[in-house]
Amino acid sequence: MEKLFSVSSSPHLRNIETTTGIMTDVLIALSPAAVFGCIIFGLKAVLLLITCIVCAVLAEFLWNLILKKPSTVGDLSAAVTGMLLGMNLSSQVPLWVAAIGSIVAIIVVKQMFGGIGCNFANPAIAARIVLLVSFPGMMTKFSEPLVDTVTSATPLAAEQGTYTFNNLFFGLHSGCIGETSAFLLIVGGLYLIVRRVISPVIPLCFVGTVAFMTLVTGGDVVTAVFGGGLILGAIFMATDYTTSPVTPAGKAVFGVGCGLITFVIRKFGSLPEGVSYSILIMNILVPYINKFTLSKPFGFVPAKNGGGKNG
Amino acid sequence: MKKGNLEYVTNGLIKENPVLRLVLGTCPTLAVTTAAINGIGMGISATVVLICSNLVISLLRNVIPDKVRIPAFITIIAGFVSVVQMLVKAFLPSIDKALGIYLPLIVVNCIILARAEMFASKNPVLPSVLDGLGMGLGFTATLTLMGAIREILGAGTLFSLPVTANFISPMIIFLLPPGGFFVFGMLVAASNALAKRSGKKPVEHLGCESCPSRAACAEYSQDGVKEENGDE
Repeated sequence: MEKLFSVSSSPHLRNIETTTGIMTDVLIALSPAAVFGCIIFGLKAVLLLITCIVCAVLAEFLWNLILKKPSTVGDLSAAVTGMLLGMNLSSQVPLWVAAIGSIVAIIVVKQMFGGIGCNFANPAIAARIVLLVSFPGMMTKFSEPLVDTVTSATPLAAEQGTYTFNNLFFGLHSGCIGETSAFLLIVGGLYLIVRRVISPVIPLCFVGTVAFMTLVTGGDVVTAVFGGGLILGAIFMATDYTTSPVTPAGKAVFGVGCGLITFVIRKFGSLPEGVSYSILIMNILVPYINKFTLSKPFGFVPAKNGGGKNG
Repeated sequence: MKKGNLEYVTNGLIKENPVLRLVLGTCPTLAVTTAAINGIGMGISATVVLICSNLVISLLRNVIPDKVRIPAFITIIAGFVSVVQMLVKAFLPSIDKALGIYLPLIVVNCIILARAEMFASKNPVLPSVLDGLGMGLGFTATLTLMGAIREILGAGTLFSLPVTANFISPMIIFLLPPGGFFVFGMLVAASNALAKRSGKKPVEHLGCESCPSRAACAEYSQDGVKEENGDE
């Protein structure tokens, strides 16, 4: 996509930012948590991440090849999608399931809607939900960290007090490969914010809303924030450019909405985890949020007696 | 409108396939096709109602006053649906259980009302019956195909016989609504691709252009647009 030039009238603003550059930053920011996940969950996690990335890139490459479109593999967005999906899976998930997930993410969610910039939902999130709905048994088996034993309880489902704050914050607990270490994810998020790749509005509103609602209803705030996929989802999935609102006000609405839905699903639903569904639902609402939070053009004068929109 | 009798039948089967080309009756299409056998059951029930209602409406086409034709059609259709429902309940209780509320809802299946409004009320008895048969077969074939695809992918079986169930874990999502929409979209895309290849217009959007009752719609007929079936 970075080779796409559109010519408009002056003034022209030159910018060295490219899709490839942004995606490289995201990959860099994701890698500490991914490496940590590989260390605590072992070889299975490494293979799973590699499978996801390779299948996602391959799916993108083949789609472009078959449809005779310019290859968009070079912008690294498929690699980011694959990596995010892999980090959102338990290390117990069979490799072929992960491969199906990557293909669904790239082909069904991204390319069928027009490729990068046109997808209505975050491909990794949508693919994760497809897998969760299709293979519920496999998707809810998790490994205990450092030992290869299977457990079905993540901190969110376990009894309160099973995990200490340090275990939760630094990531020594069961869960998906990339979601355990809140600390490393936050480090990655800070890197993205410093590099101005993402704005902190969505993550702060998202996490803040979940924390606030949990506090108000007397829940365990630390577990709610650090025990599940909230940090990973809030920093890396909810901030996807294509599927999040444009203006800061819109971003705030989006973040709070995600937080509320996550809280409601966790509190009243039958699932321990609600982050994926909340982001998917809010993704679908983004066009409406954008419509209602449009910023006023400079020098805008409201039309008299309801005439044309531009006065 | 001179067509061979056979053409009335094949018309509904392929060229004007009610589900994929006219995009009618999508509610039962999406709801009941979780297994191939349900598709057949739904398709045949609807076909029987379609043939009978087309027959009676065609017979009565000069008697029914224009202003009350829709209530009259609905009454006739509802009568036949009741008959079919009682028969299915009595002889095929498992199908009845699988189809559930969608069996009595054949009353409001827009394929049946659309064919009554568009074809049976304007054509003699034999073409109307054949049209009903063709449309019904097209409906049945599409529903069975969709049911088969969803059953194989979602449960690993076909007509309840294991196909891949023993060695691959099936993707349950195909039995759920999202899978239904996905398979339906893929089938419409495939039929569009075939239509394009043979030089026909693909189904692009659901607007007035493809609305079955557009001939009766005052707003639309102002523009003096051609009638459905005007493809001689």
